[in-house]
Amino acid sequence: MPATFFQSWWFQNLLTLGLLTGAALLAWRLSRREYWRNAFHEICRNRLAVISFIILCGYGAIAILDSVGWRRPLRHPETGEVARHPETGKVILDQGASALDYLLAPISAKREKTYSAPLAATDYTPTTAMSSTGQPQRVHAPLTYPRSHLFGTDRIGQDVFCQACKSIRTGIIIGLLTTILAVPFALVFGTAAGYYGGWIDDATQYVCAVLSSIPTVLFIAAFMIIFGQGLPQLALAMGIASWTGLCRLLRGETIRLRETDFVLAAKAMGVPSWRIILRHIVPNVLHLILITTVIRFSSEVLAEAAFTYLGIGVGADTMSWGAMINDARTELTREPIIWWKLAAAFTFMVGLVLPANLFGDAVRDALDPRLR
Amino acid sequence: MTEAPEPLLKVCDLRVWFPIRKGVLNRIAGQVRAVDGVSFTILPGETLGLVGESGCGKTTLGRALMGLEKPAGGRIIFNGQDLGALTGQARRQLRRHSQMIFQDPFSSLNPRMTVQELVTEGLVHHRLLQGRTRTESARELLASVGMDGDCLFRYPHEFSGGQRQRISLARALSLQPHFLVCDEPVSALDVSVQAQVINLLLDLRERHGLAYLFISHDLSVVRLMSHRVAVMYLGKIVECGATSDVMETACHPYTRALLSAVPRPGKHQDKRIILTGDLPSPAAPPPGCPFHPRCPQALPVCAQQAPPVRTLDNGHSWACHITPD
Repeated sequence: MPATFFQSWWFQNLLTLGLLTGAALLAWRLSRREYWRNAFHEICRNRLAVISFIILCGYGAIAILDSVGWRRPLRHPETGEVARHPETGKVILDQGASALDYLLAPISAKREKTYSAPLAATDYTPTTAMSSTGQPQRVHAPLTYPRSHLFGTDRIGQDVFCQACKSIRTGIIIGLLTTILAVPFALVFGTAAGYYGGWIDDATQYVCAVLSSIPTVLFIAAFMIIFGQGLPQLALAMGIASWTGLCRLLRGETIRLRETDFVLAAKAMGVPSWRIILRHIVPNVLHLILITTVIRFSSEVLAEAAFTYLGIGVGADTMSWGAMINDARTELTREPIIWWKLAAAFTFMVGLVLPANLFGDAVRDALDPRLR
Repeated sequence: MTEAPEPLLKVCDLRVWFPIRKGVLNRIAGQVRAVDGVSFTILPGETLGLVGESGCGKTTLGRALMGLEKPAGGRIIFNGQDLGALTGQARRQLRRHSQMIFQDPFSSLNPRMTVQELVTEGLVHHRLLQGRTRTESARELLASVGMDGDCLFRYPHEFSGGQRQRISLARALSLQPHFLVCDEPVSALDVSVQAQVINLLLDLRERHGLAYLFISHDLSVVRLMSHRVAVMYLGKIVECGATSDVMETACHPYTRALLSAVPRPGKHQDKRIILTGDLPSPAAPPPGCPFHPRCPQALPVCAQQAPPVRTLDNGHSWACHITPD
């Protein structure tokens, strides 16, 4: 049953663990290099960068918590009795939920009937009720759980704060996965095209020109129709659509570096091409990659919102800031307007994108020994 | 007459042409003849000064000797082996014995590498560490160019121009070369620092028996450094000979014009020969003698025929139609 295995919590937990181990290993390897250790100390001295990093870590932690999960025994809603299979007597498990779901359960369990403003005590829209004198009256009915919804509730009374938290994973996966897919392509083809020139350059340029001549929205729409809506599909489509820009940037920079004296000196010493690319060219285009990655990360988080709005996003079963903004579109046309869903999505998005940009800047400066 | 020693480097009729491509089909529309039929030899431990104005092909010639430009014709024979005939590993092994110092000490060192990584890169690649650590080797190399070892983990931007030039010298020396191409190594430096670097180059020549191709447009530096001088004009060597011969009894009108521009302290300044016009385009060199459009003594024949090369017994040679006085 491979299909169900890939959809199971087992697989997702293993994948998350694998990625975390990989990241930890990379960090460990880098921490043993002088160059990266210096860069790390440099970042530590920048207070803004440290604060940004802590915020990013918070987002990361939420995304990780939302990526691991397990199934629990199904219980009777009233008696709390564990449900068992009537014949075999085996405990029946529920669908399972992520660690974040379990953490947020106390908040998300507080369902209201409909809209309520942030931290309000009463309903946002008045309902008609009988007064003590027997006259029908428009009143704001008190909420079941007053003053407990930080970002209010939506049309069906769900907590908006919980939704925004659940969207963090989507945003981070879109931003990271797309970048992870796009950067290696761009780096390999960009530096190879720039360094070797000739037919390698021609071929790469041709592929880039063809890819970038397809309108991005059209390409992603076609991709989603063929492979179905979903997070990995969207990330893959956006990765394919966006590596060409970075590739061209890296090609140009590599052509400039190829003619510099330090590359010529390395050539004169008989250092082979692949080593020149690895030791001399890549470290000198790293800042470009970092800047592009950070800008790309931000713009991809934002692009996800746009694509979801267009109906070619992650799909209805995945919560995302784009979906929240899409909902807010209709709410904003109401009178009085429902603004908090948009505000929540916006706050969370800015909270991710701004520290990412600030941290990216700090890393770029730290990696450039000339700026120390 | 004693038998001439085997030359370290022999260059025969070397040509480096850059194609000019035009149009959709990348048709070759012409050739920039940066180096056009240059021949010379350098003996072990000898310094050949190469002078000429900007754009005459000095740097291209230096790069071609390093294998950084592909020659369009001619041969480079190093240590008795033809560089053009060798490929792969053998070529790299041979190339290791000739290294280059660049003009701009600010672009010749990778800004992202520490001094230790910079000077030992070649050693690590050629597996020449011989059991020593990178730090030990780097310390030794830096000591040989007069720098102390406590700067091993600093980055190039922390050093002055003179120090950087020392670091690139240490890098070049790491592979124990027999031959160094010095492409204007001091022209980007202050005069006081120039003297230090020149003294270091002279000192290294003594200690390691290095041969230099010393490219410069500064005739007084060339006079100090070189055993022999070659004067280059528009991709060709117009005059070549022992430094004293060329400097005292210059035979080519171009060399005379160059020399007349050098101020000499304490001596009455000879009448300066002012050249008019610019260096012609190497893509369309003038027919006959390449110097004839600017030559103050040009004869009608100069525009039609390439000048013959005259050689004296002392090895002093020049290419000119005019018979010297």
